[in-house]
Amino acid sequence: MSLDISFIGILIGSIMASSVPLILAASGELITERSGVLNLGVEGMMIIGAISGFALMVITDNLFIAIVGSMLSGVIISLIFGFLTQSLLTNHVATGLALTIFGIGLSAMLGKNFVGIPGKEFPILFSSLKESIPFFGPILFGHSIVLYFAFALPFLTNYFLRKTKLGLVVRGVGDSPVSASNQGINVILIRYCCILYGGAMCGLAGAYLSLIYTPQWIENMTAGRGWIALALVVFATWSPIKVLIGALIFGGITILQLHMQAIGFRIPVQFLSALPYLMTIIVLVVISRDSRKIKLNTPTSLGRIFYKEK
Amino acid sequence: MYKNFLRYLISAIFLLGLNVSANAEFKVGFVYVGPTGDHGWTYQHHEGRNAVEAAGIKTTFVESVPEGADAERVIRQLAQSGHDLIFTTSFGYMDPTNKVAKEFPNVKFEHATGYKREHSNVSTYSARFYEGRTLLGHIAGKMTKTNTIGYIASFPIPEVIRGINAMTLAAQKVNPEIKTKIVWVFTWYDPGKEAEAAQALIDQGADIIMQHTDSTAPVQTAEKAGVWSFGQASDMQRFAPKSILTSIIDDWAPYYVERAIAARDGTWGQQDTWHGLNEGMVAMAPYNSAMGADLVKEVEQLQKDLASGKAHSFTGPIYDQKGNILVAEGKVADDGMLAGMSVYVKGVEGDIPK
Repeated sequence: MSLDISFIGILIGSIMASSVPLILAASGELITERSGVLNLGVEGMMIIGAISGFALMVITDNLFIAIVGSMLSGVIISLIFGFLTQSLLTNHVATGLALTIFGIGLSAMLGKNFVGIPGKEFPILFSSLKESIPFFGPILFGHSIVLYFAFALPFLTNYFLRKTKLGLVVRGVGDSPVSASNQGINVILIRYCCILYGGAMCGLAGAYLSLIYTPQWIENMTAGRGWIALALVVFATWSPIKVLIGALIFGGITILQLHMQAIGFRIPVQFLSALPYLMTIIVLVVISRDSRKIKLNTPTSLGRIFYKEK
Repeated sequence: MYKNFLRYLISAIFLLGLNVSANAEFKVGFVYVGPTGDHGWTYQHHEGRNAVEAAGIKTTFVESVPEGADAERVIRQLAQSGHDLIFTTSFGYMDPTNKVAKEFPNVKFEHATGYKREHSNVSTYSARFYEGRTLLGHIAGKMTKTNTIGYIASFPIPEVIRGINAMTLAAQKVNPEIKTKIVWVFTWYDPGKEAEAAQALIDQGADIIMQHTDSTAPVQTAEKAGVWSFGQASDMQRFAPKSILTSIIDDWAPYYVERAIAARDGTWGQQDTWHGLNEGMVAMAPYNSAMGADLVKEVEQLQKDLASGKAHSFTGPIYDQKGNILVAEGKVADDGMLAGMSVYVKGVEGDIPK
């Protein structure tokens, strides 16, 4: 193989593109979990986003409406989860699992008429710069707007959680809803907002798959990425920057192992296939050894039902 | 204790009654490994089911059934609920199908792409996809500029290995310089991963992309990158109008209708069916005009010869990777050897995952 510098640039570019859905979904779920809500419905919300985005693209022929609509559909479906867990006080784990099953079924039903329709080309930015600059071109340019947003998101999330008042409120609600409530914070409202935000990001992650990455609708096309995003949040110990690192490692090794196979490395293929999972866990565990920091970042009341006594 | 016993008794009677009433009408069940909307493997089986339905026979189907314990449960469920004939349409359903067949001697089972017929009520059927792969290999050998063919493989089972070998042999025949690069993705269906595999192969210099997976993602990736590709299981032309040279099409409908009618009329018997281009179970989508009129003519002739038996995908001499002879000169591989194929032929790079 040609290990020249421009080839590595192309490689990094495709690694970035493959990690976008993980970054979006995991960043959204991170906010939800920091508010103390465990939503296992990531996969379901992603697949709903994927079909809604694709269907809207076909119907309206407008990519902007498709993207916004996919986020809205994520919001609507997560509203069901919010209503059940926050207003009716159902169990988070069971409701989240149900949401995933529901989402996969509903998307298959909604998508019946959209199977077999080729997608539309999604505009990429600075495509001329991509070709003209070796190495940095394919890394920095020639991506969709969603990719740039995804790579900014972990830093924005980090800033939000650490530096803004609202971010502190979210963390407070996740750590100790009772004391937050005693200080006059509307815990249920905050949690509702975080759930809906998580839904929007998962919807966008799904739309990235059906509109940009593999532009078409096929049933079950998220193929388990929601679960990987969920695992990333935990192994990244609820730190947005580590979520970004984890998603890049996962996407990177997934693509590198495919290249290693194509080159013909004499390593058992099964091992190569397991490598992304293994390496992501190992790296995230190693960089998150600091138990003091883990305690600081872990939402203490994660998954616990909160209700205000009247 | 007594109460529990009564409860079981009542539900047993209830179930029995349900079975008797359900048995009145002839019903055919289908078990699919993917969603009916995959536009590939399962889609084509579903088209076959539609044909059975159109022939006036009642059918039901269960889609996206994982191979393994779940499959056994689903197959048993279908057998229990009064289905008279059950098609299990993936290689991994082989053991579950035989296991359930033993428990329901009155229900007939048809397992696709397998080789185990442990009970007299189990038939197997498959298509000679490798004949299609031979045509793809011929086209690929002529069309490639980089002499590198990228192959996305699912699982290391004889069916997939046979396809890789058939394609490589045909490509070598027209272009001795050819190299086959293989990426195993260990899934039948994951559009994202299939797209990534295609991209990796393209980045490694392949200008022809071939897949033994079920989604349309690889041909779309090829279209975007401006390289050639081939559709799998159904005509994927509209997903990659410029890139696709042709598609191998599985046509199960005539077989399904024939077997369903036989089972209904009581003439169904155990058999092992392996049909190809000749019987139409394997068909080719229209050839892309970019191939040029001469090549199209050549391939159409080869297609005819394969169908008539004048040509065979595995004609000797064929060597394995170490140079040992597999098929002697002037001979063709017999069906037994084809069915159990588990080594690469000479010219394929890498090892088969164990």
